[in-house]
Amino acid sequence: MSIEIRNLRKIFGGFVALDNIDLAIKEGELVALLGLSGSGKTTLLRIIAGLEAPDAGSIHFRGADAGSLSVRDRRIGFVFQHYALFRHMTVFENVAFGLRVQPRGSRPSESAIRAKVHELLRMVQLDFMAHRYPSQLSGGQRQRVALARTLAIEPRILLLDEPFGSLDARVRQELRRWLRRLHRQLGITCVFVTHDQDEALELADRVVVMNAGRIEQIGSPEDVYHHPANAFVASFLGNVNLFHGRIEDGRVYLGNTSLEVGAANGSVASASGRAMLYVRPHLLEIDRVSAGPGSFPATVKSVNAAGPQVRIELVAEWGDPVSVDLGHDRFTTLELAPGAKVFLSPKENRVFVYEA
Amino acid sequence: MFENFGFTGANAPHSRRVGVGEPPGVRRALLAITFAFLGLFLFLPLAAVFTEAFAKGLGVYLAAISSQEARAAIRLTLTTAAIAVPLNVGFGLAAAWLVARFEFPGKQFLATLIDLPFSVSPVISGMLFVLLLGVRTPMGEWLADHGLRIIFAEPGIVLATIFVTFPIAARELIPVMQASGQDEEEAAIVLGASGFQMFTRVTLPNVRWGVVYGVVLCAARAMGEFGAVSVVSGHIRGATNTMPLYVEILYNDYEFSAAFAVASLLALLSIVTLTLKHAVGRRVASQIKHAGEELPRLAA
Repeated sequence: MSIEIRNLRKIFGGFVALDNIDLAIKEGELVALLGLSGSGKTTLLRIIAGLEAPDAGSIHFRGADAGSLSVRDRRIGFVFQHYALFRHMTVFENVAFGLRVQPRGSRPSESAIRAKVHELLRMVQLDFMAHRYPSQLSGGQRQRVALARTLAIEPRILLLDEPFGSLDARVRQELRRWLRRLHRQLGITCVFVTHDQDEALELADRVVVMNAGRIEQIGSPEDVYHHPANAFVASFLGNVNLFHGRIEDGRVYLGNTSLEVGAANGSVASASGRAMLYVRPHLLEIDRVSAGPGSFPATVKSVNAAGPQVRIELVAEWGDPVSVDLGHDRFTTLELAPGAKVFLSPKENRVFVYEA
Repeated sequence: MFENFGFTGANAPHSRRVGVGEPPGVRRALLAITFAFLGLFLFLPLAAVFTEAFAKGLGVYLAAISSQEARAAIRLTLTTAAIAVPLNVGFGLAAAWLVARFEFPGKQFLATLIDLPFSVSPVISGMLFVLLLGVRTPMGEWLADHGLRIIFAEPGIVLATIFVTFPIAARELIPVMQASGQDEEEAAIVLGASGFQMFTRVTLPNVRWGVVYGVVLCAARAMGEFGAVSVVSGHIRGATNTMPLYVEILYNDYEFSAAFAVASLLALLSIVTLTLKHAVGRRVASQIKHAGEELPRLAA
């Protein structure tokens, strides 16, 4: 089911939790709401579910205003951050809950309920746990029960609040892949909240980057990563080196260095004033000799070679710390050690001009 | 009053570390003092009650507790408890729900108000009802005109008992309700439950041991209440005497064996209550602990 959010606003006792939110989610899309805690992402999710009422603005499901729809009538699946399993019920009864509370007329028969619950439990590979209580399950198992319970009511939209937030890294990876598969199978509209950029970039069709109650950027994972709309998105997504300087005549001045503003920055090149320059660590070329006007001197401070790439921490000629990621091959050829004088040249950069 | 259920106990070390704590001599002395105190003020009087009750033999004991007046007192006590306890639990659930689930101005004041009957002397509580509903008051007159007698009658006893007991269940349920949290209730609603279904299938089962605990404590207090009931009862034998009042009357009439016989029944009720309280209290603590275990995950 498609969701359209128009001009949404939510205030909690003087604190603006959401401001001016416009968002359209297409049928069958998998969307991530990405932001730090306090950015309003969970509030937005709860408003879509009907657990909170907006102070202004409206939500439309398939074009119809949902303002008057109660939580029950929305038929939205909501997976809570801490699962919120009914702790006094077995796994089976947890999954059966949504079916058992249906009005007498539409409630399936006992045998139909049994069949459906077992089918769902098989799907999440927990059929053998049907008679256990939530407290006897691991975190990942609880998460899967919570999903099965939600899917039992055949929701038109699936909302997940930090679905993998409290799981350890390995289980998280596994469940991520599993959720992706499930989404493809069921084709259900999914919105999930996360503070983990990797999770959002890996899983979602589209990422909504939120900050302080506002949407900073909406786009595909490639879009928001490679073409951040503003300084916040650039620094929030992935590791990044940030330099403060001045922009003039299409060049950014940092200490004794001036760098050409990359073509990807568009009209910013013609601006002038204080500017921030962002360069991702893997987009910095490292060399023993200067590679021309686009490169600047730096001193190696430390080296960490444990991992798929070598992470080198340096100090730029004007005093700012710089991180560089490079391949092991290149690292071996360069023979870098702390104290080494090198030259860095950005392959690509993003420049944002301060608002006056 | 609401913050006395910390979760720190769950993480406290269980074993006594070497080098920390009191030397064995001090420990033994503390134990001895505790048991001496308990023996002097608890076991000795309790033993005395039963010894005195059976001092003139089993026949006298049975006659004392099966006399018409004694049976009337027992019936009135049980009836009063049977009315006061459900009302108390109903009020307790409503108050706990309100305090645990909603934010509103004056919440702390309400919590203090709930505790009021505990801080007022029971005799004063009884006096309040006499001054409010007594025969010579406007309200009492109006009630009398309509053939309703409250003071010096059973309704007065029930009212006074409800008043002195009403904080009990609420006090037990508020921390349990707060610890059980709102997530499961929201999950129930999202899954399509009605408010009533949510309450009966999720909220109530989650606080059920708190409810049982409240019932036990409230029943004990309702059956044992003396002061407030004494003021409103009028001490009419066979009509408005509860068990504690009847004990006093027998004692004042120098019928010591009979007085202790009835007292022994009250003591038995207390022992049963204490046992139940102990059994249920442990489950309540573990329920709060279980709810609390979910909390540290928030840090992730």
